[in-house]
Amino acid sequence: MIDQLSWKVGGQQGEGIDSTGEIFAMALNRLGYYLYSYRHFSSRIKGGHTNNKIRVSTSETRSISDDLDILIAFDQETIDVNVHELRDGGVVIGDSKFNPTVPEDLNVRLYAVPFTEIASELGTSLMKNMVAIGATSAVLGLPVESYLEVVEEIFSRKGAKVVEKNMEAIQKGADHFNELSGGQIDGFQLNKADGKKRMFMIGNDAIALGFVSGGVRFMAAYPITPASEIMEYLIKKLPEFGGTVIQTEDEIAACTMAIGANYAGVRTITSSAGPGLSLMMEALGLSGMTEVPLVVVDTQRGGPSTGLPTKQEQSDLMAMIYGTHGEIPKVVMAPSTVEEAFYDAVEALNIAEEYQCPVILLTDLQLSLGKQSVEPLDFSRVEIRRGKLDPNQELPETDDKDGYFKRYEVTEDGISPRVIPGMKNGIHHVTGVEHDETGKPSEVAANRQKQMDKRLRKLKNLNFNVPIVKQGQHEEADILLVGFNSTRGVIEEAMPRLEADGFKVNHAHIRLIHPFPADEMKPLIDAAKTVIVVENNATGQLANILKMNVGQHEKIKSLLKYDGNPFLPSEVVMKCKELV
Amino acid sequence: MATFKEFRNSIKPNWCPGCGDFSVQAAIQRAAANVGLEPDNLAVVSGIGCSGRISGYIKSYGFHGIHGRSLPIAQGVKMANRDLTVIASGGDGDGFAIGMGHTVHAIRRNIDITYIVMDNQIYGLTKGQTSPRSDVGFKTKSTPEGSVESAIGIMELALTAGATFVAQSFSTDLKELTSIIEAGINHKGFSLINVFSPCVTYNKVNTYDWFKEHLVPLSSIENYDSSNRMMAMQTLMENKGLVKGIIYQDKVKSSYQDLAHGYSKEALAKMDLNLSEEKFNQLMTEFM
Repeated sequence: MIDQLSWKVGGQQGEGIDSTGEIFAMALNRLGYYLYSYRHFSSRIKGGHTNNKIRVSTSETRSISDDLDILIAFDQETIDVNVHELRDGGVVIGDSKFNPTVPEDLNVRLYAVPFTEIASELGTSLMKNMVAIGATSAVLGLPVESYLEVVEEIFSRKGAKVVEKNMEAIQKGADHFNELSGGQIDGFQLNKADGKKRMFMIGNDAIALGFVSGGVRFMAAYPITPASEIMEYLIKKLPEFGGTVIQTEDEIAACTMAIGANYAGVRTITSSAGPGLSLMMEALGLSGMTEVPLVVVDTQRGGPSTGLPTKQEQSDLMAMIYGTHGEIPKVVMAPSTVEEAFYDAVEALNIAEEYQCPVILLTDLQLSLGKQSVEPLDFSRVEIRRGKLDPNQELPETDDKDGYFKRYEVTEDGISPRVIPGMKNGIHHVTGVEHDETGKPSEVAANRQKQMDKRLRKLKNLNFNVPIVKQGQHEEADILLVGFNSTRGVIEEAMPRLEADGFKVNHAHIRLIHPFPADEMKPLIDAAKTVIVVENNATGQLANILKMNVGQHEKIKSLLKYDGNPFLPSEVVMKCKELV
Repeated sequence: MATFKEFRNSIKPNWCPGCGDFSVQAAIQRAAANVGLEPDNLAVVSGIGCSGRISGYIKSYGFHGIHGRSLPIAQGVKMANRDLTVIASGGDGDGFAIGMGHTVHAIRRNIDITYIVMDNQIYGLTKGQTSPRSDVGFKTKSTPEGSVESAIGIMELALTAGATFVAQSFSTDLKELTSIIEAGINHKGFSLINVFSPCVTYNKVNTYDWFKEHLVPLSSIENYDSSNRMMAMQTLMENKGLVKGIIYQDKVKSSYQDLAHGYSKEALAKMDLNLSEEKFNQLMTEFM
């Protein structure tokens, strides 16, 4: 019996590869297994090789595995591309339709199951993925009934007959495999899972759920990979709360519309990826200058330009910290797990309103799209804090000669009282031009300096919960591994392996990218002989941020990967050994 | 009820003496009072350019944004609080060059705001370059030999983009302009009002006298029917776009707010943001 295995299904894009993986994973999630999936896909709808790799484990896992146990192939290309990933003695199950073959020099077991033929006999070749799922069940020794609940949910609206046929396809796939293999094969039986209920979701789902829970009632956005799921969830859900989403003509409109709505008092967000964020840069400056709260999600993908739109990368870091001309207060936060993505989405809204500035919620493709098992979220941690805005407050008349409210009053903490349109005695002007305390344009030097200082003072005392996730207890470490966003899982998996090889390893995962938590980071770096910054980009952006903020350049080394794929645990282990 | 004086503040506009924008400002203030608005229930959103400063010269909530983006900001304000009256404003460069994408989409989206363009066919604040509304042959700093690009027929374009309210006016006709702005505010949907507002400093061709000579009042056209889109288009084409009055109005089509699925009748800005634990658990279960 084993505690974890990896399963991959591959074929042509548009052939139902995703849904095969989805049904398999959902069923196992219901049994209480922890799932973690990685989709290899291209920026096209039909054709081209695609695959979905799913890791199944009896304990929590946040990374893809180094190797593969079972490969389901709908075409020979899937075998050619992926067979070398299989472990010694791994299983390939291919559709007998294409006469699957595997290289002779590999020790893998090939089974040709007539996926398409069995499905066609049952009425439609579309059910070939169910046959494949059935064959998988036979390998794992899972009862076919495990899928019934999921199959019912997906197909019940098409009628009981369709549910029945799909279950029959699963059964036949299992029977056929058992016939070929002569019964159970060794080394693939998973230990029983804990049976607990967990969600099965992507990071974007968690962010979207966080926004709905955190009071977002309006969104303006433009579709883009890998951010669109956030918009799609809100399109579906906001009407239940009276809210709505506008799909704008471009990202500039999305961002400025969100600014308009936030100014008018509604928690409004927008989400995009690198190309969209590039278009929003001027508007981010407007939010900073006018002190209108704004939350923007940046789901990083391969850049520059259109880059690798469907691939993993973490190369927007510098652009998010410094993007926009001039100088504004801005917060860049980077959740490292799906759970954190939920809580951080809520917190981003609070920080934006409390500090009246733009907040970038940074994720990366693998965190945004990697579907995984997630423990139930804690409702008691959802709180709404609006800072110095009370929309129900009755304002006294002001002493300004025009009756204007001092929306940009210079205060000690730099945060001014905030009012929204419609409030009596709250009239003020808002402008991206430098302005005085009532918002009227002013180029007076002394005023400029006061307002600039006021704005930049706001984040001096930023109250941020857990800016760095710290793992490893060594007072003196051989290696400090540093990362952000989705690399947390792979680093967590590499740590015990390095420890087993005799290294003392600590881990710091940066959740607050800007303003950088330098005071908290410094002792961690002091305590390490070598600092290895693991990041999916070519220039070592996070390493440079560390050097800028903490110094100790000689200690800081980069472990980079920018080929579009996430790190594997074995790569981190191997390269760390090279670097120390 | 507020009088037009209550929409005034003490700021002296930085427009040149004789600029057409002064009358547009006055017309907005009068129209606001005439339709019964209070200053705290009006939001004026403006773009960048000479005319973009207008949001600071009217006593109301005012938002002076970035170049070309007054419309998305204004639509955001209205979506957030449908109880507010929202006026977007700016120049022809702001709305028909850098902001043209937003203009066309705001027209077809039909959110209930009023967009007032101060059209002087030139870039004033940057000291005299060609605009998308400049005529072919018009000499400016950026077109010393005369513009070779066609001028945008904005009224015609608005009609084809699905506009529900299209009007044009002239800044000296304060009375007519005020009544058109009132009609725009009262219109249930997006209203586009293009106002010829001469630049006395940089445009020596399209002057006050030039407009007086060339503009055709729609009231002078016998049996003109502003609900007839075909007639509107034909009249515009026959007169090279140089007409004034309400060119077209569709009083039947509902605004975006009334069509958006699930969108609350209560202003979003006034709603409770909190979620019940029961609802939260339901949302979580959907992922299980």
